[in-house]
Amino acid sequence: MRHILSLLLENEAGALSRVAGLFSARGYNIESLTVAPTEDPTLSRMTIVTNGSAEVMEQITKQLNKLVDVVKVFDLNEGRHLERELMLVKIRAENGAREEIKRTADIFRGRIVDVTDKTYTIELTGPRDKLDAFLEALDPLMILETVRTGASGIGRGDWIMRA
Amino acid sequence: MQLSGAEITIRCLEEEGVEYIFGYPGGAVLFIYDALFQQDKVKHILVRHEQAALHAADAYARATGRPGVALVTSGPGVTNAVTGIATAYMDSIPMVVISGQVPTAAIGLDAFQEVDTVGITRPCVKHNFLVKRVEDLAETMKKAFYVATTGRPGPVLVDIPKDISQQVTDFLYPAQIEMRSYNPVVKGHPGLIRQAVQMLLEARRPMVYAGGGVVLGEASELLTRLVRELGVPCTNTLMGLGAYPATDPQFVGMLGMHGTYEANLSMQHCDVLLAVGARFDDRVIGNTRHFFVEGRRIIHIDIDPSSISKRVRVDVPIVGDVREVLQEMLKLVAETPQRLDPVALKQWWHQIGEWRARDCMHYERSDTLIKPQFVVETLYQVTGGDAIITSDVGQHQMWAAQYYKFDKPRRWLNSGGLGTMGFGLPAAMGAQLAFPDQVVACITGEASIQMCIQELSTCKQYHLPVKIINLNNRYLGMVRQWQQILHGNRYSESYMDALPDFVKLAESYGHVGIRVENPADVEGALREAFALKDRVVFLDFMTDPTENVFPMVKAGQGLTEMLLGAEDL
Ligand SMILES: Cc1cc2nc3c(=O)[nH]c(=O)nc-3n(C[C@H](O)[C@H](O)[C@H](O)COP(=O)(O)OP(=O)(O)OC[C@H]3O[C@@H](n4cnc5c(N)ncnc54)[C@H](O)[C@@H]3O)c2cc1C
Ligand SMILES: Cc1ncc(C[n+]2csc(CCOP(=O)(O)OP(=O)(O)O)c2C)c(N)n1
Ligand SMILES: [Mg+2]
Repeated sequence: MRHILSLLLENEAGALSRVAGLFSARGYNIESLTVAPTEDPTLSRMTIVTNGSAEVMEQITKQLNKLVDVVKVFDLNEGRHLERELMLVKIRAENGAREEIKRTADIFRGRIVDVTDKTYTIELTGPRDKLDAFLEALDPLMILETVRTGASGIGRGDWIMRA
Repeated sequence: MQLSGAEITIRCLEEEGVEYIFGYPGGAVLFIYDALFQQDKVKHILVRHEQAALHAADAYARATGRPGVALVTSGPGVTNAVTGIATAYMDSIPMVVISGQVPTAAIGLDAFQEVDTVGITRPCVKHNFLVKRVEDLAETMKKAFYVATTGRPGPVLVDIPKDISQQVTDFLYPAQIEMRSYNPVVKGHPGLIRQAVQMLLEARRPMVYAGGGVVLGEASELLTRLVRELGVPCTNTLMGLGAYPATDPQFVGMLGMHGTYEANLSMQHCDVLLAVGARFDDRVIGNTRHFFVEGRRIIHIDIDPSSISKRVRVDVPIVGDVREVLQEMLKLVAETPQRLDPVALKQWWHQIGEWRARDCMHYERSDTLIKPQFVVETLYQVTGGDAIITSDVGQHQMWAAQYYKFDKPRRWLNSGGLGTMGFGLPAAMGAQLAFPDQVVACITGEASIQMCIQELSTCKQYHLPVKIINLNNRYLGMVRQWQQILHGNRYSESYMDALPDFVKLAESYGHVGIRVENPADVEGALREAFALKDRVVFLDFMTDPTENVFPMVKAGQGLTEMLLGAEDL
């Protein structure tokens, strides 16, 4: 099953490689991983999307907690949560296709952020399946380039994750 | 007071009460060696290979419970040390490793003797640090000792670039340290502890399985009290030997791949299992599916949550320090008059007695060939069972574990998790330094001993009168045994050809060498060797080359699927 893990870790050189190294050394999957400093510059917040059985997830969580640089680990699947991903797509947009692409982007609440006479670059945020659906709605031959950040997650409501 | 990074490094060791540091110099650590030279509190032991520095420091820690310290230079110094670091990591041994690094400005430029030390060692340390500012050095050293020795112990490495060891700053050693990201749990959950005690008291076929965590956590006495109070059987892992006294009637021997018949059957057929500081290793519970053919409830005490329910699902997980948890359990037991059902317990012991009667440790004696088991048994008698025994890896290691009866913890020092050949001799040096008046013997094989044989020179320099018990079967015996049993007698590259004359070799290092070829001479030779209290004696026992270690559970098989002797092959 797919799980989305939230981590707070020391914003130190090497912390990322400890986490990434743990996943490769123990043969765990990483579907995506995002990380950036928080409002407290000594801390980073990381979101990892992974998958595994309940037993594997238990080990992943325990092993992550064991890393000295990791302050907190939470499996967002255990509560209600929000998940967002940012995607930038460069699309071939010539003559007759331009209007159609713009309409499709509007339906998905995408924004055109760059234009040439042959291309559109569209920015889209949302849960993973929305981004997937947008790509599926396009003619694959039109897609020139896609860049996705991987998911970021946060718990819903009053629940907060802090050091 | 302003001190250089090098001086600070040594002062930190002093503050930590470090007695010995094991190392080898080189360009990147010249300032640190200069600082060592100018003081006399921390004594340096110059080994002959960095691997040995790590093993010696590691064994110092295993023997004393205090962290071992090693110092190596950048590049090849570090790569040579990696085997020793990984050895300590797998067995959860507290160590601080200091490595030199190229100057900060040269990092990343493929500088002379540069390796990514933090990267290379990351998977085999509990934690590591690269010191980038001299102002951070003292605090980093404090953190290193704190992390290495608390929670589940392990090696911590501090990588110090050369320029950092030269720069100066004010020295202040923090008295205490707090790390928001590192807070090992010590106290066990009271509700779970209560549940565990109740479960044990209601057991009809109880079993205690204790491992290295009991030794690491200094909890042997508490464990012994609990086991005796409840009247239940106890087994130890290879790493746990000595945690429960081996000569006690409630001890059923080591369990696992080369464990006793009675220990393995008791594990399989118990109805309540108390696992204490043991991690259900694959050499202990070979095949977990086979293990669960029998139903039993499992209580597991471990300081590391990730050791719990890793290979084997447990019913009562207790995360905490084994001392704290056992103390709480003993308190609860003392508070209740309830004890285990005496009839059921008697039946259980009766059953165990039947398993014991198989006498699985029996071996064929011989008047002509020296049986390795016989050497260990005789060593046990000659040393009164009270020596510190180190070992290498192979058949000799298993015979040492099976036939030397350890009644106390920290007397049996071996590489269990990584299984590092070459560990034995440097380990004996570390133990001898820690306990100069103790008898220290290294049980080894002709192959293993050659992996760190150069340390005979270190023994000479520092007058470390260790005794080497070489069970010389002219084979990579453990490999040969697997080839015989699992690979159709095809002995691929497992014969040790062109062996040196170990007697002459020992003599050339300035030691005493004795070759023993007859069973009748075994005891005399041992007595002669141990009478030479201040000399290294290399005893080269020419043992039966075809002897195998039994019982044996083949890898991947169930605990009870044991080969008991040659007749089972
Ligand atoms: C050739 C060969 C053959 C082998 N055959 C066998 C065999 O037949 N039988 C056998 O048992 N082993 C055997 N081994 C060793 C095996 O590979 C493992 O090293 C060993 O079984 C692990 O022992 P352990 O479970 O006690 O764990 P250890 O590695 O000693 O781990 C200690 C556990 O205790 C925990 N701990 C540490 N400190 C504390 C504390 N203060 N409080 C609570 N918990 C703590 C740790 O978190 C860890 O989980 C063999 C090795 C070799 C090389
Ligand atoms: C560094 C290292 N290389 C290889 C092995 C694999 N190995 C395990 S036991 C063994 C043979 C050891 O031979 P010896 O020291 O003579 O001991 P014996 O089994 O004969 O008693 C080998 C090669 C190992 N454990 N460590
Ligand atoms: Mg051999």
